Amino acid sequence: MVETFAIYRRIVASRIRSQLQYRLSFALTVAGNVLLTSLDFAAILVLFGQVDALGEWTVEEVALLYGISCVSFALTDIAVGQLDQLPRMIREGEFDQILVRPLGSLLQVVSADLALRHLGRLLQGLIILGVALTHVEVDWTPGRAAMPLVAIVAGVAIFAGIWVAFSAIAFWLIDSQEVSNAFTYGGSFTAQYPVNIFGRWLRRLVIFVIPLAFVSYFPALYVLDKPDQLGLPSALQFASPAVAVAVAAAAWVVWTTAVRRYRSVGS
Amino acid sequence: MLRLGFELARRGYGRYAAYPGATWAGVFTNTFFGFLIAYTLLAVFEQRDAVGDYDARDAVTYTWLAQGMLMTIYLWGWFEVALRVRSGDVATDLQRPLDFQGYWLAQDLGRAAYHALFRGVPPFVLGALVFDVLVPGNPLVWLAFLASVTLAVVTSFAFRFLFNLAAFWLLDYRGAGVLAMVASTFFSGQIVPIAFFPHWLAVLAWALPFAAMVQAPIEIWLGHAEGLELLGLLALQAFWAGALLLLGRAVLAAGMRKLVIQGG
Repeated sequence: MVETFAIYRRIVASRIRSQLQYRLSFALTVAGNVLLTSLDFAAILVLFGQVDALGEWTVEEVALLYGISCVSFALTDIAVGQLDQLPRMIREGEFDQILVRPLGSLLQVVSADLALRHLGRLLQGLIILGVALTHVEVDWTPGRAAMPLVAIVAGVAIFAGIWVAFSAIAFWLIDSQEVSNAFTYGGSFTAQYPVNIFGRWLRRLVIFVIPLAFVSYFPALYVLDKPDQLGLPSALQFASPAVAVAVAAAAWVVWTTAVRRYRSVGS
Repeated sequence: MLRLGFELARRGYGRYAAYPGATWAGVFTNTFFGFLIAYTLLAVFEQRDAVGDYDARDAVTYTWLAQGMLMTIYLWGWFEVALRVRSGDVATDLQRPLDFQGYWLAQDLGRAAYHALFRGVPPFVLGALVFDVLVPGNPLVWLAFLASVTLAVVTSFAFRFLFNLAAFWLLDYRGAGVLAMVASTFFSGQIVPIAFFPHWLAVLAWALPFAAMVQAPIEIWLGHAEGLELLGLLALQAFWAGALLLLGRAVLAAGMRKLVIQGG
């Protein structure tokens, strides 16, 4: 385990070095990324130009959801975003090479590249999270102050689990990339908004099936000491870490099952 | 010439028709996002009855039209001409006995036809099954909408062609591309209707070419522009399509003068 981590660290360090070779180009890409991901927030601001609240959430409170979702997702994207390349790896036979190497297949896929350009998204998310935390009306306690951090760590595990599990569809359906996009990029979008504005089936989906509500909604309810419009038990506001462990475990089962049944495309 | 254009359009269509699996996966994603956006806009209408000339039904209809048009208009990630310029293949392209811009436009129209049919119609139909969407009863509105979407595709193409040509001057053509994507996505009304913008921003949006790419056809479908106003919108789109195509030709000519072919 320790050895595996050391190898992972060395691979990642080499990827970082390679990307910093073209500094200007790198800076431009990061800047472009900040702008591109700011569009989602611009949309939120436009909506709040018309109303004071969305589903009883003020703009500062939605910004908190947005910040938590955005930071968690950016970290996840940097760590495992390479899973988007899995269909290509399978199609071109690159995955076969991975299987013969003495290192876990998932680890090799996610470290095939490290998308540092998503630092832009991280930066943007951190700024909005910072602004949100200083502008929401909260009677700060140690518990409430710690919750955003807990939510981000849990959020990374939840997003990463979703990413791994849905990417594994590619072992059965090679053209499925966009389906996993719906739950990765779409998942980050979902977690930017209060769950109570969604229709009933979508609420159930993101609470019980693909637990995106645990990335930002439930932790934010606790931080803001806000009554849950959905009337769910307040214990759920502390459940994010447990949910994160469950999602990660489920994703691991899906991945190992998928890899076991994988048949090479080659002859 | 027309025959050639038609053949090229067929190629453009066929290129995307070759991957039906990817198409259905894409429809799934567009539909999922459609639900998310529709619910967010509906949350606005919990607070008030109308925003500009939009009521809740207009907003939901907007959502599904915008999702349906997303791939048809294709604002994101088109770098084919930039890649030709960067690799130098543009030199051979320019020697061919056909119009370079027309060649790509014809293919893009074929692509758009495929995306309109298979990425545009299904999300709208799926959305209409769940939400109360507005469907115009007047066949003339349908016709005007069709004309408007076609002009929107041409405008979008002309714009994409233009920023792709930045590759003649910039090594990192993607930077220009991302800026172009940000501006076009926001100001076209692709993510929020322009009617929701603060007044000054809405005025700016309608003064830029992007509104002709997404918002104009949607306004026609919703019946927000009728009679002379509708003709005015179509004229605005035709203006931007023509102006951007001409600008693209001028920039291409400048790029060609700059082009130095190595190894000749």
